[in-house]
Amino acid sequence: MKLKLRYFAWVRERIGKPDEDVDVPDTVTTVGELMSWLASRGEEYAHAFQNPKVIRAAIDRTHVKPQTAIAGAGEIAFFPPMTGG
Amino acid sequence: MTTITTVRIQSEPFVTAAEVAAITRGRTDAGAVVTFTGICRGDENGVPIASLTLEHYPGMAEAEIERHVAEAAARWPLIGVTVIHRFGRILPGDDIMMVVTVSSHRAAAFEAADFLMDYLKTRAPFWKQVEKTDGKIWVEAKATDDEAAGRWAAAGKHQAAE
Repeated sequence: MKLKLRYFAWVRERIGKPDEDVDVPDTVTTVGELMSWLASRGEEYAHAFQNPKVIRAAIDRTHVKPQTAIAGAGEIAFFPPMTGG
Repeated sequence: MTTITTVRIQSEPFVTAAEVAAITRGRTDAGAVVTFTGICRGDENGVPIASLTLEHYPGMAEAEIERHVAEAAARWPLIGVTVIHRFGRILPGDDIMMVVTVSSHRAAAFEAADFLMDYLKTRAPFWKQVEKTDGKIWVEAKATDDEAAGRWAAAGKHQAAE
């Protein structure tokens, strides 16, 4: 499954890029599984996703939970807890 | 009630009085205006900072704030709501963001502004990085902000006192 991934704040800094296009294996079906798969892609990804509980995600610009299915997603974003306001 | 809503994400400064006037000008039904302005402090946990840089998720930031503005308009009888949030580099003493709520009576305006701030803090995709003399660090989210946002979910629809 082809996806566009976007990273923000320290997730972006640790991975070293703001976005990328990936081809995800069919065995990866949820946001949480996607994080585990990404964490296995290299040291920088392992660092970014070392504590997946603190990472927030959005599918097509809507907040989602780790158990949310990624089927049909176009763009998935990963980021730390938000600190605006 | 049709609520006049405005959401803007911008790097430029804003003028709160002008935003209030844009809603209330020429009306006689607006009895209460509440404004909240978030300002960049000169320190982070007691350590002086040189500047603040706000990163955001373009598109999602607007959509998320607009969703909560629509929810506020559904929960309280509001004449107008304006939310402006800046991004980019901001210096101590400069404004970061503002919320304006306008209603016929004060309770709705106060409660809606409080509700919007609690949700903006925890759900709007913005991240603050502060620049200190020894480097840059990302501001950590506060558990108290999550607790503050949680109380609105429990409270349900509010009946504002007249």
